[in-house]
Amino acid sequence: MLTERIKKLRTLSLSTKPSISSERAELLTTFYQSSAHHNLPTPLLRAKAFQFLMENKTIYIGDGELIVGERGPAPHQTPTYPEVCIHSIADLELLDQREKVSFSVSNQVKKLYADTIIPFWKGKSQRDKIFTQLPQEWINAYEAGVFTEFLEQRAPGHTVLGDVIYRQGFKDLRKKIKESIRTLHFSNDEHAEAKKNELEAMLISLDAVSNFAKRHVERLKVLFQNETDSKRKNELTEMIRISQNVPENKPKTLWEALQYYWYVHQGVITELNPWDSFNPGRLDQHLFPFYRNDILSQQKSKAEIIELLQAFWIKFNNHPSPPKMGVTAKESNTYTDFALINLGGLKVDGSDAVNEMTYLLLDVIEEMRILQPSSMVQLSKKNPDKFIRRALDIVKTGFGQPSIFNADAIIQELLNQGKTLTDARNGGASGCVETGAFGTEAYILTGYFNLAKILEITLYNGHDPLNNKFIGIESGRIENFQSFEDFLKAFEKQLNHFISIKIDGNNLIDKIYASELPAPFLSVFIDDCIANGKDYNAGGARYNTSYIQGVGLGSLTDSLSALKFHVFEKQNISLARFVEILAQNFSGHKDFRQQLIEETPKYGNDDDFADSIAKEVFELYHKSVDGKPTAKGGVFRINLLPTTSHVYFGSKIGALPDGRKAGKPLSEGISPVQGADRLGPTAVLKSASKIDHLRTGGTLLNQKFAPQIMANETGQEQVKNLIRTYFSLNGHHIQFNVVNAETLRKAQIEPGNYRDLIVRVAGYSDYFTELTEELQEEIIKRTEHQNH
Amino acid sequence: MTGIVFDIKRFAIHDGPGIRTSIFFKGCPLSCWWCHNPESKKSDVENLTSKFKGRYFIGWNTTAQELLKEVEKDSAFYKQSNGGITFTGGEPLMQAAFLSESAQLFKSQGFHLCLDTSGYAAPEIFKELSEYFDLFLFDLKLIDDQEHQKYTGVSNKNILKNLEYLVEKNKNIQIRFPLIPNINDQTAQLEKVSHYLSGLHRIKNIDLLPYHKIATGKYEQLKLANKMEKTKEADEEKIENVKLFFEKKGFQVKIGG
Repeated sequence: MLTERIKKLRTLSLSTKPSISSERAELLTTFYQSSAHHNLPTPLLRAKAFQFLMENKTIYIGDGELIVGERGPAPHQTPTYPEVCIHSIADLELLDQREKVSFSVSNQVKKLYADTIIPFWKGKSQRDKIFTQLPQEWINAYEAGVFTEFLEQRAPGHTVLGDVIYRQGFKDLRKKIKESIRTLHFSNDEHAEAKKNELEAMLISLDAVSNFAKRHVERLKVLFQNETDSKRKNELTEMIRISQNVPENKPKTLWEALQYYWYVHQGVITELNPWDSFNPGRLDQHLFPFYRNDILSQQKSKAEIIELLQAFWIKFNNHPSPPKMGVTAKESNTYTDFALINLGGLKVDGSDAVNEMTYLLLDVIEEMRILQPSSMVQLSKKNPDKFIRRALDIVKTGFGQPSIFNADAIIQELLNQGKTLTDARNGGASGCVETGAFGTEAYILTGYFNLAKILEITLYNGHDPLNNKFIGIESGRIENFQSFEDFLKAFEKQLNHFISIKIDGNNLIDKIYASELPAPFLSVFIDDCIANGKDYNAGGARYNTSYIQGVGLGSLTDSLSALKFHVFEKQNISLARFVEILAQNFSGHKDFRQQLIEETPKYGNDDDFADSIAKEVFELYHKSVDGKPTAKGGVFRINLLPTTSHVYFGSKIGALPDGRKAGKPLSEGISPVQGADRLGPTAVLKSASKIDHLRTGGTLLNQKFAPQIMANETGQEQVKNLIRTYFSLNGHHIQFNVVNAETLRKAQIEPGNYRDLIVRVAGYSDYFTELTEELQEEIIKRTEHQNH
Repeated sequence: MTGIVFDIKRFAIHDGPGIRTSIFFKGCPLSCWWCHNPESKKSDVENLTSKFKGRYFIGWNTTAQELLKEVEKDSAFYKQSNGGITFTGGEPLMQAAFLSESAQLFKSQGFHLCLDTSGYAAPEIFKELSEYFDLFLFDLKLIDDQEHQKYTGVSNKNILKNLEYLVEKNKNIQIRFPLIPNINDQTAQLEKVSHYLSGLHRIKNIDLLPYHKIATGKYEQLKLANKMEKTKEADEEKIENVKLFFEKKGFQVKIGG
């Protein structure tokens, strides 16, 4: 049961419409306009700007709040980051009016943008600089939808906090920074001066957030004076005490730990707009000692702890993702800002990490049922079945949380990348499915890569057929391919060509961020930025990884399978004729298209003909990216996930050989093409496990189930066994979409798109679209009945 | 040797323990009024045409080796879930030699085997085949032979004999009782079933399988007469009452397989 307070805060968070706040942009512009800072070295300039923001931004403390600190002037009021990218007036109008993921924008904000923000920042934003400096071949590929660029509108992020703040207060961190300054060798280290600037910037940034906490104390004192309710007065007294203790000192209670985290969170997401906001990571591990202490010392009851956690949850939900435009909006079209709470997994000593706090947080997730923060469970073979069963109890309620990860695979992936066992076991997944060493790694997603587009460009010998522009290299004319292997070699050439364009672009962008937009505050909390005297954005972290996220594995595999099967093996059709039919988008070739869909080996059916192609493509992609050096001294790696880019990328490709029509979405993650898997979940998991997940930084697999399949214990138990088996085959992640009647209705109207939907019938399970219409009706009725 | 099957379903989770692959043997000597799988009745491959699917086949010829290749694919899942393979149909015993060969081959690979059966077979054949299975999902429909003949087309003498043999041999048995409105759901019928099963001593569990109209469309597609056209599905209360009835007699009852 939610308390009245939580109900109120939750309702407010759910019902407030996101809007654009110009406060941050205005303050930042005021700061940069002042001539006083012009000669400061960049890190100090950035730290001072941050300090100015934290000193002057509005302090918001909502009625009944237990955790304080807002990114904007109030919940859902979303700041902008003109130093990263500027929103034009047209952008603001679009944000205000667009149907999906909109933000209301007042005329005042528009006017301020027109008069002050845009004129000042034009040409100075990261985005402007990046697009001016990138070469034409990059621009061509970007415009053709070969890849996206993550750092065009948001700063590097994708980082997760480790346990530092639970051990050290700002006081301790300052000591550490000062010690690092003291040991600089100005005589024999040519970077000593730069390091000193960075470390001093870190000190200023800590002061900025200390001051932010003090401002909350002042405000809380005013509220206390005006408060008449004695219970609230007591709470305010405690909140004042807490904000006087943290973040300066290390936290002693769970409440202090949450409040400390939240101040750090506000700092990180105000300093810049890093991707995936920011994230406390292994929350059950971090909070458990505080919880135990609070309970043992009888300072707090379990109910009070739960209320604090729920209050904490709402704070995340108050922050929609900063407004995205253009390609960025298309690749990640959601308000969710991807803070992903990790539960379970292993401790550093390799033992089962599930504890009482794990279950408490699962209760919170179930009861709160809100979009943010996202949540996941790390399931190791050492974790008890009780843990995964509890998680599935929540999964079956059908809101997509928590997603389920293989803790043992994550550790293996991190070890394969060269992390120590300790750092690997302190890791997890963030964002959607991305593997990282929490508290020690900068793992930057640099953009999605359209694998299926490479196939199309190969078919057109380097041309993009959508605008008939030559954007690739000449890899061979289709008339000349004698074998499937020949064709695949040409594909590999195009792939390597575009990957190298993407990598060169990334390295250029990395350098711009490193030199012009450091993040000294974030850097304090990620090891070893302090010891290295180097910024997070410049390679200061212990591990630096840049990912290129492959998209469309299923679509690409099925398309190659169709070419191999029909052109090179059965010789049903010549490649040239095939391409002609694709160019006509199958118009007048209904039967041929049907043949491609129905009579071609497809990925997702545990069929080695198709699955071996998936494996081969995976290896080509891996070889093309993995191990290449980044500009920051890190390494490029791959992962396979799409967010919403499979829809965008699909819109940039004509018809594909697997029977997909022009403009339609690609397959997502490593899931089979929608509807191509016909043999049930075990076959899908077998196919998906044929690629080597352990050499990626994450893969995404979606499975759709109707609620009935999980409705009883037998079904839930076997879903658990599906997961355990997939993980024993080294699968990285799986998520279950437990669908409702509305979806089943859609499945009736467009059966082709729902071929993989499984429902429980009567004593057995079957594909929904394979059922007779009356049976479908019966099941839909049952589903609706269940919802009452 | 070849046999005819008409479906192989992976991730079968209600035909025995764990995650299983169910192999559907084609052909059935019974003709139960309520049959859910009318496409399984004929013993040969059928070639049909429908407006929706065009020309299509029901069933295909296969060998034990080919089946092994299919069922091996989910070995990892069986291992994790203590699952295995279920032979169902149709009536698998109707292709006794093929069933025997397949079961022996799978058994030699260490798979857990389950036989979903009406129990209708000559006792000698049944005895020999029963050696290969770890669990029997045994359908018990009617005790009265006259009625059994009326509603299934065959006598239940051998069926009961075979069941008694399994009991005598201490085999694992799961009784499945299809609950069919107006055919075997009256108190008198239920009494007979309960009395009979109690007399077997070792039987403690009953799975109730309530009648569903799910196969109506199949009858239409196959152009077969559907004797149950007008019969309605039992409501939940009725099913609960039957469950309670058996529970009072000392059985553990589960609804659904």
